[in-house]
Amino acid sequence: MSADLIIVLTAVLVAVPCALLGTLLVLRQMAMMGDAISHAVLPGIVLAFFISESLGSLTSLIGAGIFGLLTAVLVETLRNTGRVKEDSSIGIVFTALFALGVFLVSKFARDVHLDLNHVLYGEIAFAPLNSLIVGGQDLGPRSLWTLGIVTALAVGMVLLLYKELKIATFDPGLAAAVGLSPVFVHYLLMGAVSVTTVGAFDSVGAILVVAFLIVPPATAYLLTERLWTMMSLAVLLGAGSACVGYYLAAVLDVAIAGMMAVVAGGFFVLALLISPSRGLVADLLRQHRNRRSFARDLLVSKLAGLGERANEEELVRHLSWESSDFSRVLRDAMHSGLVLRPATQEVALTDKGREAACNTAVTCV
Amino acid sequence: MKPQNLEAPTTDASPLEVRGITAAYRDKPVLWDVSFRVPEGQLVAIVGPNGAGKTTLLKIIMGLMEPAAGRATVYGRPFSKARQWVGYVPQRGSVDWDFPTNALDVVQMGLYGRLGWFRRPGRRERETAMECLAKVGMADFAGRQISQLSGGQQQRVFLARALAQDARLYLTDEPFAGVDYKTEQAIVALLRELKASGRTVVVVHHDLGTVGDYFDRVVLLNKGVVAEGPVEEAFTPENVAAAYGGTVAYLAGAERGWSNG
Amino acid sequence: MVDLLNDLLFDYTIRNVALGAAVLGVVGGVLGSFAILRRQGLFGDALAHATLPGVCVAFILSGAKSPAVLLSGAALSAGLGALLILTVVNRTRIKQDAALGIVLSVFFGAGTVLLTYIGRSGSGDQSGLDRFIFGQAATIVRDDVVTMGILAALALLVVALLFKEFKLLSFDPAFAASLGFPVARLNVLLTLLIVVAVIVGIQAVGVVLMAAMLIIPAAAARQWTDGLGAMVVISSLFGAFSGVSGALISATGANLPTGPLIVLCATALLVLSLFLGRSRGFLWGWIGSRQNRREALRSSDPSIPYGGGA
Repeated sequence: MSADLIIVLTAVLVAVPCALLGTLLVLRQMAMMGDAISHAVLPGIVLAFFISESLGSLTSLIGAGIFGLLTAVLVETLRNTGRVKEDSSIGIVFTALFALGVFLVSKFARDVHLDLNHVLYGEIAFAPLNSLIVGGQDLGPRSLWTLGIVTALAVGMVLLLYKELKIATFDPGLAAAVGLSPVFVHYLLMGAVSVTTVGAFDSVGAILVVAFLIVPPATAYLLTERLWTMMSLAVLLGAGSACVGYYLAAVLDVAIAGMMAVVAGGFFVLALLISPSRGLVADLLRQHRNRRSFARDLLVSKLAGLGERANEEELVRHLSWESSDFSRVLRDAMHSGLVLRPATQEVALTDKGREAACNTAVTCV
Repeated sequence: MKPQNLEAPTTDASPLEVRGITAAYRDKPVLWDVSFRVPEGQLVAIVGPNGAGKTTLLKIIMGLMEPAAGRATVYGRPFSKARQWVGYVPQRGSVDWDFPTNALDVVQMGLYGRLGWFRRPGRRERETAMECLAKVGMADFAGRQISQLSGGQQQRVFLARALAQDARLYLTDEPFAGVDYKTEQAIVALLRELKASGRTVVVVHHDLGTVGDYFDRVVLLNKGVVAEGPVEEAFTPENVAAAYGGTVAYLAGAERGWSNG
Repeated sequence: MVDLLNDLLFDYTIRNVALGAAVLGVVGGVLGSFAILRRQGLFGDALAHATLPGVCVAFILSGAKSPAVLLSGAALSAGLGALLILTVVNRTRIKQDAALGIVLSVFFGAGTVLLTYIGRSGSGDQSGLDRFIFGQAATIVRDDVVTMGILAALALLVVALLFKEFKLLSFDPAFAASLGFPVARLNVLLTLLIVVAVIVGIQAVGVVLMAAMLIIPAAAARQWTDGLGAMVVISSLFGAFSGVSGALISATGANLPTGPLIVLCATALLVLSLFLGRSRGFLWGWIGSRQNRREALRSSDPSIPYGGGA
């Protein structure tokens, strides 16, 4: 396997579980918990290091996973005191834990190779070089194994519990009614995010994990409302960001993880502008279209109210429009076959216009 | 933003006139060709099913939202030129009552418009605010943190704030929602006092059963104006059914025969 | 202890660090009060991360590592990030938490890209720019303190002038709009003031911990008072205290990083406040409810002696 392929594959294996879990985070408005967990696990990694005397993946994973869940628990506890708001709780817990982690590293682990930068950025370029050696056998790049397992777990969880996750996210009332504990779902999700975050640290670092957790799902959110579509789109966008990002980073010789995040952001901006249902361009067009059709419909329904035929001046007066606006809308309505001019200065409804007036009226005669 | 003056409007224009207001959310109209006029010195209820666009209408009147068509005038002018004569009472639920402030402070906020930029409320403002609190029976609660107030008390504080504005036209959004009976009666009494002093009150109202008791005029809104006018004429079972779509069963109004008292 | 105070007053380095940390504490406390009440606490986190590309661009364009230049770059890109967040939240269905995360990660990612570009072109070592991640409070010099002080003073001046406007804006923006206040613009102004606080703070505590200095002192202050004015003052005192304590403690030994210690001090203050705070602390709440129970028992039947009965 070429080094390039390994790197891209590693990134894709980060993008996939992040996209699935991140979709749920975004829909539950818990996106910043992703950021919080990815920072708060630092003391967990440090403590695992103290205990196991090594930076082995498994111990780090466990230590960090514990701290990921601890973060979620502490945030909920703080929030439930009723004295601290939700977003403040998140900010307090993760910064305090991160501060603790940095403190521990500086004080006790300074001599050892626990590079904080590595934790934050990861170094995906090394992925092809770190092999998993079990029983003397080289099983290939460690990152692929770790992330492969993480991805499998995440995909498995989402597939198995899809209905439950959907109900818990969109209809908490119904969830409670059928005995599905929202607390359980919440912690399950947080646990999954912790494991994913930690599994990905080695390769891509905290920042790209956050990017993959939030940006592709948010982009998908701009394009669709349906959970399954959103997840699929997020996975595609995430994987796409990984591939395109790696290509650009290789060409420009810059940070790989960072470039992937930038590309993900680029997709977001693109969707923001051109999303057919929710993009800014579409919004502008819709506003313009609405104004025109509403004006036309108003003219038609006013005319209907005046007995289907009226003097132009009378109509203008009733509408209280500027005459220039009126002329434009009148032309529009005539063009659409809704009104006609039986005589100069007179306007009358056509059959089609009569029908249209009935459709837009609140009560129709 | 200039500090507001306290002169009364010198014009025969209606306190509120709405002409052809049409507004949409995405492709669906929420308000369609809404027109009505509110005469001075009346208590007017705007009722309609949820999503009928009542709050949207208020926002458009206050210039917080652009309609797709139509316009609203206050005493013949656009809202931005008539602010000093209008008092707005938002929905109680639109605010986080956990905010660190007390009842007196909230009422003083009603005077911020008069103070203009930078100036702090002083002794005069404090006294005015205390008077307004007293008028709603909340003088003893002036220093109370607002999260410790009951729903009815919070609503009274909002009304006291409106009183502090000393407006000619009041726009209130569901002031009776979630308040206890005593508070409801107190609010009605307050509104009637305002009417007696020649002011006009427009209320987005949620309770069909009390329209006949509390109000002089009604606007039945469901995207468009279904009916509008004095309560005896406009608030008929047919109109209500048309506004709410389908049969609406409520006994009180029918038995009382739509009279105003 | 006496040694510490001695150091504080007479040791040039420590004094600067402590002063800088105090300035950070004050401005973070004041602006953080508004931020947490408006649920914008995590803006500090997102905007702090968003400074990185600006710093890099400023360095690339100017070729120098002068703090003024780098800070201006930081301010511009954080400001841009802030505007993007507000725009996305106002104009799309994306909610605030996701918008924060997007700006945070994409801007920071862009920053790391630029960092490697700089590193590659050999025009400067990354470590100097790198310090934005963790802050290097220990290297604050007199000039830094002056810069921080001026920025902080400006921000505080604006807050003082517009205190009632910001209060109204935070509590009831719809009502504020009906009175004629330009709510959207005030919103932007307040958010940009948070950018100023972030700029002041990242030198001391770094990008990740910046959010802490906006949120923690303010959250602690909230436990002690029910008035916004008092909350702002207490918050700034707590912030300053945390800053100075953190600076002093880190000066007592080796390998004690200042930024994290400042945050840990603030956290300790918060925990204390949660338990002891006058208006909302657990302890008073517990005492209060016991008293209530006593009152209720006593008043309900005078023939039953307190503490027991048949």
